[in-house]
This record gives sequence, structure tokens and C-alpha cells, in this order.
Amino acid sequence: MNALEVHDLTVAYGDIRAVKGISFTVKQGEIFTLIGANGAGKTSTLRALSGMLKYGGKVVYQRAEIDGIAADKRVGLGLAHVPEGRGIFGNLTVMENLKLGAWLRKDKAGVAEDLERGLTAFPRLRERKDQAAGTLSGGEQQMLAVARALMSRPKTLLLDEPSMGLAPKLVQDIYRVVREINAQGVTIVLVEQNANLALKIAHSAAVLETGSISLAGTGAELLSDPRVQAAYLGA
Amino acid sequence: MDYFAQQAINAIQQGSIYALIALGYSMVYGVLTMINFAHGDLFMVGAFACLLIASFFPLPFIVILILVMLATGFLGALLERLAYRPLRNAPRVSAIITALGCGLVIENVVLSLSPYAKPMPPLFTVTGYHIGGLSVSTLQLMIIGVSIALMLGLDFLIRRTSFGMAMRAISFDAKTVPLLGIPLNRIISVTFLIGAGLGGAAGMLYGQAYPVIAASMGILVGWKAFVAAVVGGIGSIRGAVLGGYILGTVEVMTVAFLPSTYRDLVAYSLLLVILIFKPYGLLGKAPNQKV
Repeated sequence: MNALEVHDLTVAYGDIRAVKGISFTVKQGEIFTLIGANGAGKTSTLRALSGMLKYGGKVVYQRAEIDGIAADKRVGLGLAHVPEGRGIFGNLTVMENLKLGAWLRKDKAGVAEDLERGLTAFPRLRERKDQAAGTLSGGEQQMLAVARALMSRPKTLLLDEPSMGLAPKLVQDIYRVVREINAQGVTIVLVEQNANLALKIAHSAAVLETGSISLAGTGAELLSDPRVQAAYLGA
Repeated sequence: MDYFAQQAINAIQQGSIYALIALGYSMVYGVLTMINFAHGDLFMVGAFACLLIASFFPLPFIVILILVMLATGFLGALLERLAYRPLRNAPRVSAIITALGCGLVIENVVLSLSPYAKPMPPLFTVTGYHIGGLSVSTLQLMIIGVSIALMLGLDFLIRRTSFGMAMRAISFDAKTVPLLGIPLNRIISVTFLIGAGLGGAAGMLYGQAYPVIAASMGILVGWKAFVAAVVGGIGSIRGAVLGGYILGTVEVMTVAFLPSTYRDLVAYSLLLVILIFKPYGLLGKAPNQKV
């Protein structure tokens, strides 16, 4: 079964067309990655999927068309988006950020449980739970952004460049976490400039070039594709 | 000394009213980074709503207060829905001009209904107490008490409830808020409702203290409270309260010790000096620097 089906998706900013009619499907439970250079339309695609941006085309999520559904309602359907630049609220504490992630949930006990689980998974966040989130390091903020998105118990997680601006060691940590989340059954749509990293963990992948998909396949296929190697892997 | 203490009570009364109004400016700025210049007129509507309700229904003070807050609150939320929301993504100056226009419309609607200033009947029997050389009236205690209770309530709401967390989140980064499933528009509506409700409460209290009300009463008081909000740090809730009390104190003390015509000169000179040294206001923060 497909978690997401994207048909002829277009995104435009005024006269500038950032995404020019792309189609792809993401299978339930897999890690799907969109790689591409800066400005290829990766972030615009994710923003369309989460409803942050108006778009053309059709998005089918869990077999239902969701095009008319606003961003905040999509979260309720199990679609969570960790945005570019992490989007943490620096003026709120770590704990408050996490609690806001559970906004739509009514099951207090379940929320408390997930909060505890999140703080256990990210011990750094527990140490800093009463600190303003703006005082966290970049890596900690990324952890917080992911932990916060998980508070909504998503079925599908959209991740926008989780490695951006992080030291290699932290990038490894983040990718380990992404894999763990996926292993628990969450479908992942990962957008990355760091093609090498993303393709290594992806079940399937597509290359986005100036708003169009130029290549698609499994992660392994793209990793060994000479065109990808030449353009994105520095080989 | 007694004279000073007496003036201090007056200053707290005056400051409480400015603080209540300033909160509305600051809350709206926090969520929309715009100045709701119709806010002074919502303050005026609060006074008229009180007069209207009180002249038809002899209800207890607290019930009238709640009705006045609801009436002005809904008017504020309506203003946001009809006039400001369509301009959410327009240049801020358009929204601000719209707010000025809305204020004028409200003012002139009230003026057309009530062309002359109207006396405001007292809502309860005011008695004075003398403690030593000090005199305090139940009205002053009521104004100060109600204001402080409302401000403590607001502080609790903003710091301890999920609505308050969402409101603070919007002031930091509104576009991320829907990604957590939070209904942005509803939080903004409620923010207007509360801010306008507090302004309406201030109008009602002000009408009790200075019992002649007119359609134009919101202009000067509204501007002053706006200045108080800026001096405290626009967008900061505690800053608005601080700014309100500073302005009230400076005004009352100037009149107490200098010729009364110096009031606005001294008050605004001092406030301008504060802004030279603290351009974001006393408790305000520089806008988020996005990397």
C-alpha cells in the first residue's frame, strides 16, 4: 500500500515555477528520499505535502485526496512535517515545545507516556527540558524538532534537511534516529542535499532538478548510478 | 509624605488603566506584528457598552464587566476576521492603515448614535475611607483590584495554558505553528478577543473614574497606552504592564508637583529618553535574527 501518491505536483511563487509537475509514490513503511541541489524544489515539495503552500496537482495520502485540507488538519491525519531550519520556538522551553507537538491529542496518559519516551530517546533534551529552546545547540534543536513532531504520533514524517549545518557526528546521530523511527513503522519522506547519506538509508529515492524529477529508483540504484555519482556524490 | 502617598494611589489607578489597554496592543503585535490602531476605539466601545447595559439592566458590577468584555472582545475578533485577516500577507503598513480606518469607522458610528458626551452613572455606591491622612475610595480599590485580577489571569493564561503556549509560539514563528496541528486562525481570533476584552474593561473602569463618556474618548487614551506598550517593549506582556504603570506614575506625579500643563511634555520626554537607551522598550527583545 502507498502512504503517499503525488500526481503532477506544481508549486509556483508568482511567475516562478519551483516545482514543475512531479509525480512519485511513497510506500507504507519505507524511507523515501528526494535529493537535489539547492533550489531544486525539494523544500517546496515538502511544504506542499504538509499544506503549508498552495499547489497544483493531486496528493493522495492513505488513499484519500487531501488537497482541500489545511496544514493543521493534515497533522491530525498523521502527517507531520519537520520544516527546514527546524522551526523550534526559541522563546518556549524544550518541554513547552514538546507539549505543543501533542496539541491535537486528547489522551493525556498517552501524551505523558510519549513525552517520557521522547526525553528518554534524547537525553540531552531531558537535561535541558526547562531551558528556552533557543539556547540549545543546532544538533539539540534538530533533535527537539524531530521529538516534537513525534508527539503527534505521526504515520508519515516529512523531514527537511535534518543534516543541515550539523557536525558529522551529530548528522550520524540524527540519521540513526531517523532509522529507528522508521523501524517503528513510521513512513519517512526525507529531503536532503547530502545525497550520500540520504541514499544510504533510503528504500527508494528520486532526484529533483530545477523542479522536475530526473531520475528515480531504489536508494541503492541511485547510489551506484554514474549520473548521480557525478552530480551529487563528488565521484 | 501623605501627599506623595496619595498621589501614588492615583498613579496606580491611572497606570492600571493604561496597562490594561497597552496589553491589547502588545498581544496583537505579538501574534500579527501589526499595531491595532482601532484598539483605543474598542476601549471607548467598552465605556459605551457599559452605559448601554447598565441603563437597561440593573446588573451587579461584575456581571456588567463580563458582558462588556465579551461585547468588546467579540467586536475585536470580528475586526480581525473581517478587516485584518484578508491582509495577513499584505505589507504591514496596509494592515496598520486599515486598523486606523476601522478605528475611525467605529468612532463615527458611535458619534452618529451619540453625538454628545454622556454622563456615566456610578455602578455602585462609592464610599471613601480615610486612613491617616490618606483617602481611598471604593471606586479606586475596585479599579485597581479588577485590573490586577485581570492581569494576573492573563499572565496565568499565557504562561501556563496550552493556548498561551500557542500564542507565544505564534509570536516567535507563526508559519511553523500549523505544522503542529495548531489552528493558527483560531488562536489569533482568541488573542484579539482577549486583548479587546481587556481594552473594553479598561473603558468601563475609566468611565467610572471620569464619568463623562464620548465617542472621541479613545483617541488620546489609546495613543498613550500605545506609547506605554512601546516603552515597555511591544510584544511583551509584562512590558505592557510595566509601561502602563510607568506612564501613569509619571503623569500623575508631574501634575502633583509641577504645573498640570507640563503633564504630557514631561511624560513623553521621559518616554522618548527611555527609547533612546532601550530602542526595543524596557522588556522588549530585538526581532528574531533568522540564520
